[in-house]
Amino acid sequence: MKFVTALMGAAALLGSTVTAVADGHVEIKPAVIFDLGGKFDRSFNQASFEGAERFKQETGIEYREFEIQSDAQREQALRRFAEQGNNPIVVAGFAQQSAMEAVAAEFPDTQFQIIDAYVDLPNVRSVVFKEHEGSFLVGVLAAMQSESGTVGFVGGMDIGLIRKFACGYVQGVKSVNPDATVIQNMTGTTGAAWNDPVKGGELATGQIDQGADVVYHAAGGTGRGVLQAAADNGVMGIGVDANQNYLHPGSVLTSMLKRVDVAVYDAFKAAQQGKFEPGLEVWGVAEEGVGYAVDENNESLLTEDMIAAVEDAKAKIISGEIQVHDYTTDDSCPAS
Amino acid sequence: MDLAELFQLFDSTMRNATPLLLACLAGLFSERAGIFDIGLEGKMLAAAFASAGVAAWAAAPYVADPFPGQISGLGLGWTAAWLGVMAGIAASMAMALLHGFASITLRGNQLISGVAINFLAAGVTVLVGEALFSMGGQTPQLTGGARFIGLTLPLADTIGAIPVIGPFYRDVLSGQVILVYIALLMVPLTAWILFSTRFGLRLRAVGENPGAVDTAGISVTRQRYAAVLICGVLCGLAGAYLSMGTSAAGFVKDMTAGRGFIALAALIFAKWKPYPALWACLLFGLLEAIGSKYQNVDVGAFVIPVQFMQALPYILTVVILAGFIGKATPPKAGGQPYVKER
Repeated sequence: MKFVTALMGAAALLGSTVTAVADGHVEIKPAVIFDLGGKFDRSFNQASFEGAERFKQETGIEYREFEIQSDAQREQALRRFAEQGNNPIVVAGFAQQSAMEAVAAEFPDTQFQIIDAYVDLPNVRSVVFKEHEGSFLVGVLAAMQSESGTVGFVGGMDIGLIRKFACGYVQGVKSVNPDATVIQNMTGTTGAAWNDPVKGGELATGQIDQGADVVYHAAGGTGRGVLQAAADNGVMGIGVDANQNYLHPGSVLTSMLKRVDVAVYDAFKAAQQGKFEPGLEVWGVAEEGVGYAVDENNESLLTEDMIAAVEDAKAKIISGEIQVHDYTTDDSCPAS
Repeated sequence: MDLAELFQLFDSTMRNATPLLLACLAGLFSERAGIFDIGLEGKMLAAAFASAGVAAWAAAPYVADPFPGQISGLGLGWTAAWLGVMAGIAASMAMALLHGFASITLRGNQLISGVAINFLAAGVTVLVGEALFSMGGQTPQLTGGARFIGLTLPLADTIGAIPVIGPFYRDVLSGQVILVYIALLMVPLTAWILFSTRFGLRLRAVGENPGAVDTAGISVTRQRYAAVLICGVLCGLAGAYLSMGTSAAGFVKDMTAGRGFIALAALIFAKWKPYPALWACLLFGLLEAIGSKYQNVDVGAFVIPVQFMQALPYILTVVILAGFIGKATPPKAGGQPYVKER
């Protein structure tokens, strides 16, 4: 056992020595760890998978990957990757924060990146998103699409992060139609709320019965039921995190994009160029970290007026003319 | 609150109550025969997965040379959904058989076996789902013939014109998926089987006094296995409803979200009787509908927080079980493996 540990230590030493190649690029052994849900969750993790794949296709550099199956594996997987000399190591998900804090301190020569959480260590780059700004944009689109003046929001677990989505969305809706009604529902208060599409569908149906004709979800697997209920009732749904327009073509107005793929790609690319810089990065509309999705499934749904309005809002957010309130800063929302 | 809003609430109640009712009746058969079943949740989950998986496969078009990750299926129409239901029932019965084997043949502890079923189902569904579909344990979204859609009952619009009763028929009774009606029909059927047939009498007898049944020359083991398998069939229907009859339209891990346990509570609340089980499940369904629809209730002086509204079914469960319903006497031989005297 001791021998194995010694071997691993040696491997770690070897691995972390970064070798410069002639053209200024650095030889890297990138690795990515996906969070619970798996890399084909059509949402958050799939976005990080796509980012890593893009890097692989462009550069031909292979990467290591691991899918977390239970909470207990987080620290173990991260440490294992670091010991094997992978560098940089990208992990996605706020739940990875404590594992990252522990492991990154043990491997000061390895470059780490965490997405959706902030870890204050000299070798960690943290990327967080301004979800409220992206939600504002889809709120603008929802308000313009709505004929009834009532739109809905279905959240997953009732936590600050999800209220941040809700608050941005409400502000976006009200910026177009101050008299609009936004019906907000949360699925639950425990982790089970991310995986209850039956209840998600029920909540969405309830909102549609109350007149909502656009329903936005930020509810993980629960959102499946929300989008299905919207499609079944002939109204529009709005997807979240990844582009979910293809789930029900013609019935998903747009998706609030969180460019997790770009964050992963960027980390690999920066490391390859020897420009990996630790620290906190906050990506909003200006950094193109959040946005709304347009593809062949929804381009016929978005009218010119809608595009003009949302682009205008986008420009104003970038210029600072519109300040979208972030719920998590003071645990309250000015609009409701 | 006007009438239309009330009917929307009832409509939602029907949908919420259906999986509870099926699972509750499933538990009723099992527990009346003396086999406690805490594994309703697991059986539902396994059935939800199996039915969604098979339906998705059966409805997918046949591809001669699929690329990795693409499903080559049977290309069936509406029969895909029924094939899914059968698969769900089969999966649930397999789990039920396991429970039966542990608790009847091996005379193990029924509660522990039930808990094991729940864990097994939670793990196996995701494992198999990931291996088959590579979607993090989910199944593909069910479309078209692979899922059940609401049926409009005859004359819904004609009768709908009658005040009060009409809209109730049109908005609440009509427009549900077929499994909802099957669940409702199961109530009188269960009552008839239990209280009017020889099979039912024997089933109840093995739960009360298996020794007497044995003395009469009837196999206790066989009777209990029959009950456990019926439980499997009903849990299978409940699971199939969750993944194919609701807006979920597919399987997501742990999607039963505690419904099996609520069904168990409803069973105790109903004192192991079929018609009270119907009312108990409708009550829990209504509470869930209220909790979803009215998340922050403003009662003037203060606002009832959403957490309270969502916890309402559970709070009520505790209050009810703490003695509100009088004494709920379980079948006498419940939980005890039957050992033949030697």
